Amino acid sequence: MDYFLTEQQKTIKNLARRIAEEKILPVRAELDEKEEFPWAIMKELANADMFRVFVPKEYDGLGGGCLELALVVEELSRICSGVAVGYAATALGSFTLIGYGTEEQKKKYLPAIAGGKLAAFALTEPTAGSDAGAIRTTADKVEGGYALNGTKQFITNGGEADIYTVIALTDKSKGPRGASAFLVEKGTPGFTFGKKEKKMGIRASATRELVFRNCVVPETNMIDKPGRGFIMVMKLLDLSRPGVGAQAVGVAQGALEAAVAYTEQRIQFGQPLANLPVVQDMLAEMAIQVEAARALVYAAARVVDSGAYDYTESSAMAKVFASDVAMKVTTDAVQVCGGAGYMKDYPLEKMMRDAKITQIYEGSNQVLRNAIANDLRKRKAKA
Amino acid sequence: MNVVVCLKQVPGTTDVKIDPQTNNLIRSGIPNIINPFDTYALEEGVRIKDRCGGKVTVTSMGPPQAEQMLREAISLGADEAVLLSDREFAGADTWATAYTLAVAIKKLGQFDIVICGRQTLDGDTGQVGPELAEMLDIPLVAYVSKIEELTAQRIQARRMIDEGHEVIESPLPVVITVTKEINVPRLPSLRGIARSQSAVIPVWNTQQLGADPSKVGLTGSFTKVVKIFFPQRVCQAEVFEGELEAQVDRLLDRLKSAGLI
Amino acid sequence: MGIRIDLDKCTGCGACISSCPFGLLEIKDDKALVKEGCTLCGACQSPCAFEAIIIEAPAKTAAADAGHRGVWVFVEQRDGKVKNVAYELLAEGRKLADSLKTEVGAVCFGHGIDGASLIAHGADKVYLVDSPDFVSNPEDLCTTQFVNLVRQYKPEIVLAGATPLGRAFIPRVAAILKTGLTADCTGLDIDLEKRLLLQTRPTFGGNIMATIICQSGRPQMSTVRPRVFKKGVPDKTRQGQIIKVDFDKARITSRTKLLSFVEDVSERVKLDEADIIVSGGRGLGKPENFALLKELAGVLGAALGSSRPPVDEGWIPYSHQVGQTGKTVCPKLYIACGISGSVQHLAGMQTSEIIVAINDDPNAPIFEVATYGIVGDLFKVVPMLIDKLKNR
Repeated sequence: MDYFLTEQQKTIKNLARRIAEEKILPVRAELDEKEEFPWAIMKELANADMFRVFVPKEYDGLGGGCLELALVVEELSRICSGVAVGYAATALGSFTLIGYGTEEQKKKYLPAIAGGKLAAFALTEPTAGSDAGAIRTTADKVEGGYALNGTKQFITNGGEADIYTVIALTDKSKGPRGASAFLVEKGTPGFTFGKKEKKMGIRASATRELVFRNCVVPETNMIDKPGRGFIMVMKLLDLSRPGVGAQAVGVAQGALEAAVAYTEQRIQFGQPLANLPVVQDMLAEMAIQVEAARALVYAAARVVDSGAYDYTESSAMAKVFASDVAMKVTTDAVQVCGGAGYMKDYPLEKMMRDAKITQIYEGSNQVLRNAIANDLRKRKAKA
Repeated sequence: MNVVVCLKQVPGTTDVKIDPQTNNLIRSGIPNIINPFDTYALEEGVRIKDRCGGKVTVTSMGPPQAEQMLREAISLGADEAVLLSDREFAGADTWATAYTLAVAIKKLGQFDIVICGRQTLDGDTGQVGPELAEMLDIPLVAYVSKIEELTAQRIQARRMIDEGHEVIESPLPVVITVTKEINVPRLPSLRGIARSQSAVIPVWNTQQLGADPSKVGLTGSFTKVVKIFFPQRVCQAEVFEGELEAQVDRLLDRLKSAGLI
Repeated sequence: MGIRIDLDKCTGCGACISSCPFGLLEIKDDKALVKEGCTLCGACQSPCAFEAIIIEAPAKTAAADAGHRGVWVFVEQRDGKVKNVAYELLAEGRKLADSLKTEVGAVCFGHGIDGASLIAHGADKVYLVDSPDFVSNPEDLCTTQFVNLVRQYKPEIVLAGATPLGRAFIPRVAAILKTGLTADCTGLDIDLEKRLLLQTRPTFGGNIMATIICQSGRPQMSTVRPRVFKKGVPDKTRQGQIIKVDFDKARITSRTKLLSFVEDVSERVKLDEADIIVSGGRGLGKPENFALLKELAGVLGAALGSSRPPVDEGWIPYSHQVGQTGKTVCPKLYIACGISGSVQHLAGMQTSEIIVAINDDPNAPIFEVATYGIVGDLFKVVPMLIDKLKNR
């Protein structure tokens, strides 16, 4: 289906696809097997100016929007979403700074990120997943800045990134309204990492705990004002959800292509599997789902880029729908490829393992459905 | 460093097969590409610029559509491009090609190093680089697989020969031809693509080059193609049949009678 | 000047369209039209039954002959030892000279070279520059010295091996002498009537063969691929003259300097000299599978070769590559395992005496040049071969 992309968008999409096919495809199985962080590919992405896509022009970026970012993430995920996540998480880790940072803060950090320095976003804690308001990490005012104490859990790019956006409580008495956002550099005394998690999927991405023990960050590293943390986080997640949707669309697309290729050449009962009506039915259903997910993700991205004030519901819908599609399509892709689909020699089983996370992180689909229902009731379901 | 890289646009594939029934070429819309060895030359030029500062100028003698290839070179890191194009250039053999390139390179001004790929996909001669060096009256190091050292005055380059490799030192300016062992060409960058779209690429013909018309194109060529034919290959293999093991046995018998084992 | 369609003769039949390797011919308004970019290669002329395609070249007015006579062979050496390609060219040069009823001159720069062996292989005169300065074949010196000799003795034909040295310095000689050079020839003939050397060479990776002449430039120069022509049997009774040429060290200098030489000792059995070669291609699937071929090579005392794809993938070093951009080999036995037989690969091995092809694709082009073929899974056939060879 033609989505009437601009020439600039097509250029970005095509280059991302080239990088994925030439640089990621040959090593994806090995990265998955060894749980290796794809530094060489991050360098390729940086050299190709891919990190500049989501950085504003004033800070050495290309000033692309939500849709441009989604196109890159989709193309990378089509080949390996584990690698795509390292890139996408850097974008996520930059959004708070881009949206709310001061000139000095942006000048200090954004050009480096545009050039390929990785970033990360740290909200989740052992006691606070979906219940993000239950975070316990504190940031106490001390001489010279704020002292961070606490542990963040399941942080993507943890340990690999240079710059972290950390949400911590500056005023415990106010609950979520007492949270603030801080920029913390790797190597700051008092900031260490826990063990690297062993995951079901997206194994090329690095997931670690962040441990803060009296980690002092200068006052100038707080983004915006104290207590503004959660408001910024909610907005930032709305902004990034189409990107997660794009990740889901990408992995589903990759699975669909692999399934069609396999069923074309696998001969059973004297003919290719793809000739059998029952298989065609499944493939058709998969194709419809992928296209619908793509259309919804692009539409949600375009809403964000239009400058609309409120895009919570559309972003949430895109993420929920696309991630459920990804899980269903990758599962069906394994099914339709039969025994081969189950074997590590073929890419299908990895895609199914990779798809699962998209239903869970950046707002589990259950939490998001609640949020969608709330908005639905508020607008009395009017379109 | 002022680097000049010579590029040639070639058909995307050399698999021009012949239809046995009609004796005609089987073609399927072959897109044109930068001659593969030239991509290594361009990459090396851009790496020299990244290391030493300076500028990379790419040039090509070709038809008007070669401009697209020069734009691609800009997206890969070249700073400027010049297309040498004129109907009069058609039919040039390597001597006339080298002459035309030499006139253009002299017109470009001061340069430190000229880089060429070791040979083209279609012509396969590998002669233009060496002939160009002679016409520019500068030294040549051919089949370079690595630049060991490069200063403002000299280059030390590793070059491949049959028995192994040599390290040759040469003063600058110099012409080098490169092999694919020298580097891994980069992918284009988004800013490079944007630059290539807005770049202005001048086109120089015989007159603008100030070239001697008797030395360009078919007129300036010493060699001429008098016949084109497709190599005939007759299937003559004794392809064994039957059980695999029996086939292997039969093969070994044949080799034994030939005195090979 | 250039290409044009004789519109009176052209019937718009379109037979020429598919013959253009660059796709530049089309039919417009019932007549053939040539688009921009024509290289005047002439491939379109033979399919035209009406001789409607005309390629005009200006007649070169310069006197072609100017008294040039003799077939010269540049004899490449290394460390005092003459390379095989020189003997191959002397044999071929002898045939050409006999046809033209002229002499063969062998030109050699080196130190301690046995000129008599060159006479035994067909040379009538040997021009020998004996100096330690030439031991490592410095290209600047070779270029200038060779140009001087050509200008002095005026041969009509010059042949040199298409080796890294030959392909580097011979073009420079041709550029200085302002004459034509044809690279990588696989066939040489004489047009007696015009006293021209007909030089045939592969283009488009070997998919198209071209025959080329050098009408007015002298000498007519060719570099020739090693192992295309056969080395002759030396005749020690042959008579000839060895002419010692003084090397004018003051006048002939080199701008480049050889700093070091590193020999490639990676192969136990050198590919170029092996009698038997076991070679692998993309069909091997993984780099580890070369171990299987190494085992077969070990049992046969063979060298290990490769087509281009495994080298490009990094499965095996470039020194093992056989083909258009690798080595040309001509062993007694060449066993191609999992090699499809692209034209570029065939260019490097098709003159082997016996070619065995093992491939599971019955349509693989390799079977067109093979002597014996097994259509089967190489992972079954090769272990079987190893097993049976060990037990014989």
